Amino acid sequence: MASSSRAGMRRGANPVPEAILLLFRLFWTFFKIGIFTFGGGYAMIPLIQSELVGDGFITAESLVDFIAVSESTPGPFAVNIATFIGIEAAGVLGGVVSTLGVILPSFIILLLIARFSAKILESKGFKAAFVGLRPAVAGLVLAVAFTLAAERIFPSLDLNALRFDFGVFDAYAVIILTFIFVLSRKCKKLSPILLLLIAAVLGVVLYGIF
Amino acid sequence: MRKIHKIPDLFLTFMKIGAFTFGGGYAMIPIMQREVVDVKHWVTDEDIVKLLVISESTPGVIAVNAATYIGYHIGGFWGALSATLGVVLPSFAIITLITFFYAQFKALLWVEYAFMGLRAAVAVIILNAVFKLTKSGKKDLFSILVLCAAFLVATFTGLNAILIILFAAIAGILYGVILARRNAKGGEPRA
Repeated sequence: MASSSRAGMRRGANPVPEAILLLFRLFWTFFKIGIFTFGGGYAMIPLIQSELVGDGFITAESLVDFIAVSESTPGPFAVNIATFIGIEAAGVLGGVVSTLGVILPSFIILLLIARFSAKILESKGFKAAFVGLRPAVAGLVLAVAFTLAAERIFPSLDLNALRFDFGVFDAYAVIILTFIFVLSRKCKKLSPILLLLIAAVLGVVLYGIF
Repeated sequence: MRKIHKIPDLFLTFMKIGAFTFGGGYAMIPIMQREVVDVKHWVTDEDIVKLLVISESTPGVIAVNAATYIGYHIGGFWGALSATLGVVLPSFAIITLITFFYAQFKALLWVEYAFMGLRAAVAVIILNAVFKLTKSGKKDLFSILVLCAAFLVATFTGLNAILIILFAAIAGILYGVILARRNAKGGEPRA
């Protein structure tokens, strides 16, 4: 992430068009993400992974860090993450265009529905599409959770490239994962922020002291 | 019903909602309900339910869906715009502030250790989001097959998520057509 934000300064001869191009790409990418996010919040993560991590805007690791930060600050998750990634990639203006990009589809669609009608949502074809969409989104989010957990435990694993290298094993990650999972299932009222706080303390204690 | 003088009020109310809800999305609905139904009497509980149904079947950011929809009913286009900007602004301001300190903050060794713990917890929080996503949905064979297929393809091939979502939507439409045909032939609808 640091390299992509520095790239803006390193640019030589013709900085203006390239900077504008970067802003346009950020806007367009987040606009696409806004259109294809069904179910809000976490349903966005697989899309961000496909669209932004692969494109070199951010690394997979910093995306996870951003998710943790977005979860522990108030407001819509989508806006938090768009602002964060946009600023890291292209400064405050990057944050503005990314946020506008991600909220614009919602704004336009709801404006049309409020102005005209929600009848299209009741059409048969539309409803049928959602019969397929909903479980697929759940599957995609599950894939993110699974991949994240697996790569925490076996850092040299690359599931996407079918590279099953179990050589490196992180026992502390197993401890933290299991503890947080059991805790979150036992006390469902516990807020995610508290879970994150506990995990951060566990991280400092396990990795820092032992 | 649409009054221009309500626009600053819309902006401030939705700014409050944006500033005090953690987790976003559906976590925002109870607080929004209190503010716009109980306190301001702008809309009714029925409108909130309608809004939820619409949010379920439209893409995008749920908080923005809600702000646009309620804002439009109270103050037309400008109402929608001010409510949306209001709900977005606190997040934007807070994250902008955080990014200024983020790099220095991350350079500290113990913060890196804390983040190593956080990354494991994020996996769990995302997994819990899956439980929420599947809770309200159908649990028939088709849904389970689509969920598994999306999971396997995304985990082991890295196919673009947008393509997977599009394929799933097409699969849903085809499944609907097949069901309709079968019902037309067999008479009695089958689950």
